[in-house]
Amino acid sequence: MVANISILIVDDEESVRDSLFNWFIEDGYQVDRAENAKQALSILESKDFDIILADIKMPGMDGLEMHRRIKAFNKNSIVIIMTAFASVSTAVQALKDGAYDYITKPFDPDDLSHLIRNAANQIALVSENESLKRKVVALENVEDLIGRSKPMIKVLKEVERVAQSNSPVIITGESGTGKELIARAVHSNSQRKFFPLVSVHCGALTESLLESELFGHEKGAFTGAMFNRKGRFEMADGGTIFLDEIATISTKMQIELLRVLETKKFVRVGGNKEIESDFRVICATNKDLKKMVNNGTFREDLFYRLNVVNIHIPPLRDRIEDIPLLVDYFITKYCTSMSRGIISIDKAVLHRLETYPFPGNVRELENMIERAIVVGNGKEIRKKDLPFEEDSITNHTESLEDLEKKYILQILSKYDWNISRSAKVLKVDRVTLYNKIKKYDLKRKKK
Amino acid sequence: MNKHSILLITYGHFEKNFLEQVAVDVSNEFQCRIDIEESHIELSEFYDSTRRQYDGNKLLEEIDSMFLSPDIKKIGIFRVDLFIPILTFIFGQAILNGNSGIASLYRLRNEHYGMPQDEELLISRLKKIIIHELGHTFGLLHCHNPTCVMLSSTYVEDIDQKTQKLCTKCKKLVD
Repeated sequence: MVANISILIVDDEESVRDSLFNWFIEDGYQVDRAENAKQALSILESKDFDIILADIKMPGMDGLEMHRRIKAFNKNSIVIIMTAFASVSTAVQALKDGAYDYITKPFDPDDLSHLIRNAANQIALVSENESLKRKVVALENVEDLIGRSKPMIKVLKEVERVAQSNSPVIITGESGTGKELIARAVHSNSQRKFFPLVSVHCGALTESLLESELFGHEKGAFTGAMFNRKGRFEMADGGTIFLDEIATISTKMQIELLRVLETKKFVRVGGNKEIESDFRVICATNKDLKKMVNNGTFREDLFYRLNVVNIHIPPLRDRIEDIPLLVDYFITKYCTSMSRGIISIDKAVLHRLETYPFPGNVRELENMIERAIVVGNGKEIRKKDLPFEEDSITNHTESLEDLEKKYILQILSKYDWNISRSAKVLKVDRVTLYNKIKKYDLKRKKK
Repeated sequence: MNKHSILLITYGHFEKNFLEQVAVDVSNEFQCRIDIEESHIELSEFYDSTRRQYDGNKLLEEIDSMFLSPDIKKIGIFRVDLFIPILTFIFGQAILNGNSGIASLYRLRNEHYGMPQDEELLISRLKKIIIHELGHTFGLLHCHNPTCVMLSSTYVEDIDQKTQKLCTKCKKLVD
């Protein structure tokens, strides 16, 4: 643990700096020195320290002012104020400003040793606390994985199996099927569960933003880079990184990603120091990556690097037996969060849900239930509480041909019988549309 | 046998028998030749009248400035109270990965803490301090093994808790 603790000594007296430096080096800490507050702040711009031991009386900026400035950009650093001129008022001021402790020179070796050991313990506790909090959040969310259908049980068994390994995983499935939940489940059941699960939505970021998000950046690397910032790969050290919508990343990022996955080493944007991180990668996409490889839009080498294990989540329409379970789960979840009594659902409404194709999958069902609870009567979910359009699909007496005829006519009318535009909307060529018009004997209504 | 040899330099009067006992155990721990030399310096030059102690940093510099073969590790042994500017006292100190160190028996005496004199305990403590400081000159950092002589000791009871031997891990690093 000691080897991971870094200490910055700030004192204008060389002998003090050197004595403390030698003392801490022999204890195995990573130590650096600064001869005044200005130099210390400059060092802190490029490197973070866990403990800062600062003299209170220094030429120029004093230790208290330096402490205030440090706290403005790094709240986690432990600052210990030291001085040869002990006074109650300065000690109180230092502690009021959030200093960890106050020590008077010269120190008793045992006091110094205890002080640093306690500070190191506090750093370890804070880090453990953060990691446990993340774990609790992750475990809570995994409860959202609901399903007793055969395809879902198969997915859950796969999750259990792959969680034990360190191999990269690709999760595929339509939008709204719960790919991130599966990623969370893999992480929470793995040996990395006590370390963070870091999610990145690749599709939501431009190429340059994604690069800085993944690799981090150094201060001044680009306009607006006011501080050094850790990247997601660095934050996922010991844990898992989840790259959602992996198919959307640019070719340049694909090359960078491949290199990082192979070496587990990278450099922050604008930096030159190589950083190593031990992470597991889980990706998700609703696209057919194999097809993209064939089209040349996704690198083959990256595809094979990522596609060690593939978990496919079936769409909700292929596991309708899970719908009643999910409905019950979402009713309980939202009624509880809105502090309402648990309501029921009309049987006919439930049947209607079981026959609905759910293009937006579980997410769509969840939103439907949440909305129904908000707009409903507080006792039961009724048909009118659900946002179904009473369209032709509900009329089960019509054939496929009738539906096609009706739809083509609707589009033709909408575009004033402009064949090219209608064909484009229907995603057929003009000849096919002409043939359909002929087949169904469609005629333009006279105005 | 280690290619290095160790020179114990005494400042002030030490019994020959006392030094020989120290030399045997130091030699066993580092597997190298030990020489003992009596030396004289004007200690008043290193005295700090404000603190009424002797400056350990300056004494270490003095020992280190003695020109000897780089294969010889030197340890200055004193009877006076040592300090460094930031600490109230030190039992000893050394240059990490260097060739020099210092140790003092001033604060190792039981009488300093109002306890009855115990010569055997005093020799045992001094051996541990010397071996510890020599360990630093061989590049060893403080060890977390509670029995290892390289465990950091900030008060005498700490010294008594540990053994005078290097743990297997530290021993390997020296070898």
